Amino acid sequence: MTAASAIAGIKPLTLEIGGTAVALHTDDPEFHRLLVQRYNGFITSSQPQQLELEVELIKPVAVGDLDRDLEVTLRGQDWFLQRGDFHARWNPASGQGIVRQLSSPYAIDSVLRIIHSLVLADQGGFLLHAASALRGCRAFLFTGISGAGKTTIARLAPAEATLLSDEISYVVRKEGKYFACGTPFSGELARAGQNVSAPIQSVFLLNKGPDNRTEDIDRSEALRSILRNMLFFAQDQSLVRRVFDSACEFVNQVPVRRLTFFPDERVWNIIA
Amino acid sequence: MEHNSLNERAFISDHYIARSSAIAARLVGGEMMIMSAVDSTFFTLNQVGTAIWQAADGRTPLSEIITRTICAEFDVGHVQAQTDAEQFVKDLAEHGILRISDQPIIEASPLPPIPA
Repeated sequence: MTAASAIAGIKPLTLEIGGTAVALHTDDPEFHRLLVQRYNGFITSSQPQQLELEVELIKPVAVGDLDRDLEVTLRGQDWFLQRGDFHARWNPASGQGIVRQLSSPYAIDSVLRIIHSLVLADQGGFLLHAASALRGCRAFLFTGISGAGKTTIARLAPAEATLLSDEISYVVRKEGKYFACGTPFSGELARAGQNVSAPIQSVFLLNKGPDNRTEDIDRSEALRSILRNMLFFAQDQSLVRRVFDSACEFVNQVPVRRLTFFPDERVWNIIA
Repeated sequence: MEHNSLNERAFISDHYIARSSAIAARLVGGEMMIMSAVDSTFFTLNQVGTAIWQAADGRTPLSEIITRTICAEFDVGHVQAQTDAEQFVKDLAEHGILRISDQPIIEASPLPPIPA
């Protein structure tokens, strides 16, 4: 625990997403409450922390250009994450970092997404712009550009399906197999996924149409689609190669198909 | 001399071409998929482009690649093959995927693995 949060008597909050536990330290009780509310379901006390972030809240005037675009760079051993609403530095070897940000849940949410994407890249996994759900102990991912229907397909999911995410799917590689894990990173549904995971059965490329059908696509189109929809923040050369290799391995193992669907609940009859 | 900008050059067939080391690439379903490690730009090469890219070892002039690989393996005349190949090479060079030089290039990137 850091000196600041120890003085304030606030325990660190440990979030476990995709099997990676991140301890967040803050000395601001209100921000701590906001984190508890936002990440409820992903807070753990049993999982040993692997990463640790000190979150320091700052005033807008101290940030500078609020419209600054995201920039993620590796300098020496540290990753630097900068956007209009936050500056962060994180060392992957120690797992420790510091975040200076506005008192906004969106800033810490973005920092967490970026750090998880960096952690996953080293393990052959990735974050994908995709809705995902568990059905019959298998995970199904639904990817596509904005407007393709990720939120729609998540909203139409039957009661027996468990939502992992309506926006960002967390793909982990364990012992050569791919699993999808629930995340608290929500999209338009504003509903966090469940904190569970399952082997990935297939990925569907979404396309709205007059009826419901699935089609095979060739591996090169599958790779293009996965790369296009991966969350990928850094322009580091060795990281680009790892991400590219991960996508190639993924499409070699996991079936990727096109799903054309009419937006009503019947589409789930052909998800298997 | 290595050329970064080829806008002023009409003919580059007598030059040597080499795969950049700042890329990630795989042959997937008969197509070469290439990602620039500099700006993450993604390219898919067709069969002819893949053949040129695979032959770009830095030691073989483009003219020889056109004659021995493109004209021999694909149904295309020499003039058309040269025009298309020069444009293709120019395009990839502008994205940093290929390097072009009037001298042999020693340190060409090795060919990527071909998945089973």
